[in-house]
This record gives sequence, C-alpha cells and structure tokens, in this order.
Amino acid sequence: MTEKKKLRIATTSLAGCFGCHMSILDIDERLFPLLDLVEFDRSPLTDIKHCGPCDIGIVEGGICNAENVHVLREFRKNCKILISIGACAVTGGLPAQRNHLDLSSCLTEVYLTEPGLAHGHIPNDPELPLPLDKVHPNHEVVKIDYFIPGCPPSGDAIWKFLTDLIAGKTPELGHGLINYD
Amino acid sequence: MVADANVRMAELDQILERRDRDPGDLLQILREIQELRGYIDPATVTYLASQLGIPRARIEGVAGFYSFLHLQPHGEYRVLFSDNITDRMLGNQQLLEVMCHQLWLQPGKVSEDGLVSIDMTSCTGMCDQGPAMLVNGRAITRLTLQRVQEITHLIRNRTPMADWSADFFRVEDNVRRSGPILDNKLAPGEALRIGLNIGGTAIVEEVKKSGLRGRGGAGFPTGLKWEACRNASGTIKHVVCNADEGEPGTFKDRVLLTRQADMVFEGMTLCAQAIGAQHGYLYLRGEYRYLLEPLQEVLQRRRDSNLLGKSILGQAGFDFDIEIHLGAGAYICGEESALIESLEGERGIPRNRPPFPVTHGYMQQPTAVDNVETFCSAALAIQMGADAFRAIGTEKSSGSKLISVSGDCPRPGIYEYPFGVSVREVLQDCGAVNTRAVQVSGPSGICVAEHEFHRKLGFEDLPTAGAFMVFDDSRDMFEVARNFVQFFAHESCGFCTPCRVGTSMLKQTMNKIADGHGTQHDLREVEHLDHVLQTTSHCGLGRTACNPVLHTLRHFRPAYENRLKSLDFEPGFDLDGALERARQMTGRDDAGAHLNTEEA
Repeated sequence: MTEKKKLRIATTSLAGCFGCHMSILDIDERLFPLLDLVEFDRSPLTDIKHCGPCDIGIVEGGICNAENVHVLREFRKNCKILISIGACAVTGGLPAQRNHLDLSSCLTEVYLTEPGLAHGHIPNDPELPLPLDKVHPNHEVVKIDYFIPGCPPSGDAIWKFLTDLIAGKTPELGHGLINYD
Repeated sequence: MVADANVRMAELDQILERRDRDPGDLLQILREIQELRGYIDPATVTYLASQLGIPRARIEGVAGFYSFLHLQPHGEYRVLFSDNITDRMLGNQQLLEVMCHQLWLQPGKVSEDGLVSIDMTSCTGMCDQGPAMLVNGRAITRLTLQRVQEITHLIRNRTPMADWSADFFRVEDNVRRSGPILDNKLAPGEALRIGLNIGGTAIVEEVKKSGLRGRGGAGFPTGLKWEACRNASGTIKHVVCNADEGEPGTFKDRVLLTRQADMVFEGMTLCAQAIGAQHGYLYLRGEYRYLLEPLQEVLQRRRDSNLLGKSILGQAGFDFDIEIHLGAGAYICGEESALIESLEGERGIPRNRPPFPVTHGYMQQPTAVDNVETFCSAALAIQMGADAFRAIGTEKSSGSKLISVSGDCPRPGIYEYPFGVSVREVLQDCGAVNTRAVQVSGPSGICVAEHEFHRKLGFEDLPTAGAFMVFDDSRDMFEVARNFVQFFAHESCGFCTPCRVGTSMLKQTMNKIADGHGTQHDLREVEHLDHVLQTTSHCGLGRTACNPVLHTLRHFRPAYENRLKSLDFEPGFDLDGALERARQMTGRDDAGAHLNTEEA
C-alpha cells in the first residue's frame, strides 16, 4: 500500500501583522492531524526562504512595497491554489489607512520632520524595498482563488477552510465562522 | 461682527418660522438655507440644532447625504454639468474641459477666490436638449461652446443670475406626438366633479376597472393600491406624487408638470377622495427647481377655485391640500420608501418592505405614492370612463404612455403612444437611422439590440418608465454601460454593503477594462459581482445596477472582448508607476527600484 501523497502548503505574511499566522497556530492540537495530511514549504514555521511547487499558498497581508510584489508573484507561480487570508490581504486593511495620504508627505513626516530617525534622510539603501504609492489588496496584483475574511479569522474558520479544501470540497464558512459586527 | 451675526440668524429665523421649526422639514429648511447662502456653515448647523431641538449629527447627516447640499463653501457660482450618456454623446466633457481651462479650475474644486466650482452631476432630465448644466440649481440647456464661453464670462464678471439671458434657461417641451393625456383639455375640476358624484368607493372601482398600472416602472395596479390604502386603518392618510424623475433619460414628468399640472393635481385630489386623505405632497426633484413657482401658482389657483382646501367643491368634510417638497440631488429618493424618508426630513434610505407605504407610509400612516403620469392617467380614466380608457393600449397595459426619446435621432422629445407600440415604430417616428441599440427605461431597464426591435412597449413585453435612449452604430456600447455603472456607483445610498461596495467594484473593473488592463478573469468577476448585487442588495437600485452590464455583455460581448488582454490576469494599475514617488524621494533608480507590470 502506497502512502497517500501529502499536499504541500506555503504561507507568508506581506503587509500584515502576523496575527493571521498566530490564528493558524490557534488550530492548536489539530496541527497534528493536519501534519498527517500536509507538509509545509516556505513558511515562517519552516523558515524556508523560497517557495517550490505547492498545492496551496496562504498569503497574509496586502501589498505595500516592491518586495511584497515579488513574493506574491513567487507564490502565484508556484501554488495551484492561492488564498488571501485576513482583512489586510483581502482589502488592504490597516496598512491601507495610509492610502489617504500622499506617500512623500508620509516619508517626510517620518524621516525628516520628526526627530531621531535615520539622521535626517530618507533611507535609500538598495537592500530596502521601495514602498508603493498606495497599499493594494492581493487580488489587485495577482489572481486570488479564495478569500478568508476576518481580523484575524478564527482558528476554527481556518481549520474548517483547510479541511474542506483538502477533502476536495468547495470551502464554506457557515454561521459562526464569519462574524459581522 | 455681532450685529452681522444677528442679521445672519434673522434670515434663518424667517425660514424657520415658515417651517414652524419642524424637524420633519429639515431637508426643506437646509435646501432654503443653501439657496440663500450657497452652503451651510458650521455656525448655522449649531443654530439649527438648538432651534429644532435635534443633534448636529443629524443635520450634518442629512446635509451630507444630498449632493446639492454643501457643508463647505462651494463657490458663489456652482456649475454642475449633467453627465448622462446622452450629454456625453453631445460633447459635455469637452465643454467642461473648456470651462475649467478658462476659469483655471480643476473639476470638483472651488476656485481660490471662492468664485466658482465646476463638477459633474447625474442626468438632469434635459436629454432632448442637452448638453445641460445646473448653475446654482437653475437648469441651463442646449449648451454649445459659445454658450459656455458666455457663461464663463458672466461668472467672471460676477453678473447676478437674475441678469443672465432668459434664453439660457429656456426649457422646451419638445412634444412630438401627443395622445389622450397631452391633448387633454381637461377643465380644472372636471374629473373631480365626476368623482364627487360617484363617490370614493366608485372611484377606486373605476380605476381598478380601467386596468391602470403605475407608470413609474414597476407597474403595480393603481386601483389595488388605492383600495388597500382606503381600507388601511390610520388616522391621517396621505397622497404623495413622485416627481423625483431621476432615471437617466427620462423627462416626461417635467413636461407633464409644465403642460398638464392641473391634470396631475386633479389626479392627486381624486386619489385623496378615493382613499380619504387630507394631505398631499408633490416630491419634486431638485433639478426641476425652476418649476416650483409655476406649480405653486397652479396650486393657488386651484385653492382659489375651491378645488383644494376646505370643503372642496362644496362637499362638506372633503378637505385636502397639496404641498411641494423639493429634493436635493439623490436618485435613490425615486424609490417610494426612500422618498417618504426624505419627505420626513431624513436621509433618503429605503425602508424595509413590508410593511408597504399603503399601510405604513409618511409618518407611519397609510400613504398612496404614485408617479406623476399615473395621476394624470387616473384623472383621464375618471374623465373618459374606465371602458374608454381600457380601449386604449393592450389588454394588460391599458392607456397611453409618454416616451422620453433622446440620443442618436433627429427628433428627440416626448412621444405619447398607446401601449403596445414597437421599438421599431418609435425609432421610425423619431427618425433614427443605423440604430445599434435602444436603452429602454433607463440604466436600470433593458438594453434592446437590433434583432429585438419588433418588441413592444408594455407590461407584457418591455415594461418602461419612459426613457428611450437611442444609440447608433457609431456608439460603443461598452462605454454606454460604463457610464451607467458610474451613475449607480455615485447614486448608491450607502446603506447596504452589497450595493455600496459592489457598485464601486463594478465601476473599478469597468474602468480597468477601459484602461486596457482587462482580462478574461475580470469578465468573470463582473458576472460574479452582478450575481451578488442582484441577489443580496437591500433595494431595487443595487438589484438593477448590474443590468446595463448584463445586457450589453449579452448583446455586445465583442465590445468587451476587444478590450481584453489574452492574459489570464493583469493588475489594474501600473506597478512600476506606483514606485515612482518613492524613487523620487530616495533618489534611487537601481534594478530593485523597478517592477514589471506584466509578470514575466
């Protein structure tokens, strides 16, 4: 009897706060049965730096800089199914609050006007990714297959979503798993 | 300064006096202050709050809802170009650009000297004589480059609007074909006397027998509505005439209120008699502000002839009068429950239905809300008798219908037909050639393509509120749909999420396709959004907001597909361009400071 091939999952956090990843950990002891079904590729859990071919990619956070774009594209290229998880990934969320402001006035305020940061100049090291003028949700930059709303979505919602997906069903978050205030 | 402030408040007191300091008249009070001052300043809001005994937040909430009310200065001259697709086809955008250029102004901004602001507004109901604009709420028609230059000159010289040439403000009726309504020479009180002879119950029966159905688009049987209202328990009943003719491409109510105002009021008074109402309201859209005084004169004349007021025509106990309320630029107020909210001085947000207005309408009392043309038709049905009325039109659509024809045809204007006229006949009468499509009943209606021109206007086939916009084969139907989508996104009242967010997403996706970034994926997204809007919106606005896209996708899919990239997906914005600002700020131009928009 051959062992059923495990699905490969990659996860990343772009312009997010890692809160959604904390919520992934909130599936608690169910992580053990999950690990019978899947193995993790690039993820903060594995510290693998680049993503290989995967079945499922889970992206937390939206797109606020050039590096986010590269990472998101890497995920799109390698993952058969790409999921935006959490408010920032789905809508831009909290980081998108800066969309009301002009980027140059943000940079001026932080690095030039306020004392104590970066010795009075805007950092320009090529190592640093440049910020985009606006923060975008992921689906405006690549095609996204599924969205898990919430800030963050609960561990139960994530568990339900992943187990549905792994079982080959269209994931559905019913009553109690999506909350509207 | 103190004396000055006192004078300013005294002006307000006059308005407040006239309105009995009734918070229910908040919208009318705000509208009058806006007309007086050009905007509603914070001190006024505070003063109103204290005088009306309501919180500032409610005042600002109402003022913020209506697009013709302003809480910030908007210039001494507030210019709004009508932006219906028919105005666009007549070149309104070039005219706006010229005017902005001449006044050194950006659209939507107020000039630095506070003189003028220029912006777009939804259809102002002058489609047969566009492009049109509103200046300080006054309608100006038949704009040309020369006319725009003259207006620019007048504004620059601060010429008071009272001194502007009357020709600017001339509104034509453009009646091209008349029938039993437009030809009617009803003497004031004629139908009413018949009504008084036969009595309220018989009026309801007669209207039921006539087969009259509402002319606002939905087509609910008018007799049934009046009967339900008559039977509803309530202390005070109301008649409301919906003259908030906001559906782009519709202007028949404007013509009826100009030529047959007596017939409208006669219909309302008959309704009052039928249901036992004492109060009537005409809700007139703000764009038709210029009709207010003429209509008030008609009302006064009717009062003087004892056709309104106490003991109408000597009938003891038959007391009824009509008041005119003006809207302030909100399409949603054409929806009857939103209209009632607006009458009560609130934001025009549709109510949950049921209960329907016939039992819980204005002030939660039984209210019959009908369209201008419906009241005319009701008066006609009583005047000529149900059987004669029924003989006009078709079996399920009795009577005649006013069609507002605009767009690509040599004879735009009002055409009155018996129901059952085909699209092709109307096209022939208005002289349209090489017609590609007709938008029947406005953006929320139906887009009819050439192979369907045999279809007939009427409740059996093509129900219509009256708009009939003609597009010839030089027109791009994608752009038509995009204009309508922008309209709905602008007019969504913001109450329910599917409509507030959905109409904006639809607009963004249509813009993305227009900008050449569209892919097959976006078309699928549009279809999905349409489904969400249709199935989950709170009211008809959201449910019909997707119609223009659904219909044009069905008939003119190539107009969309020609714009698509073959790629599966493409971002809707220029990624590398989005880094430009940061490149400027950091002085970087290395490889890492750039992004390809299309994924390699």
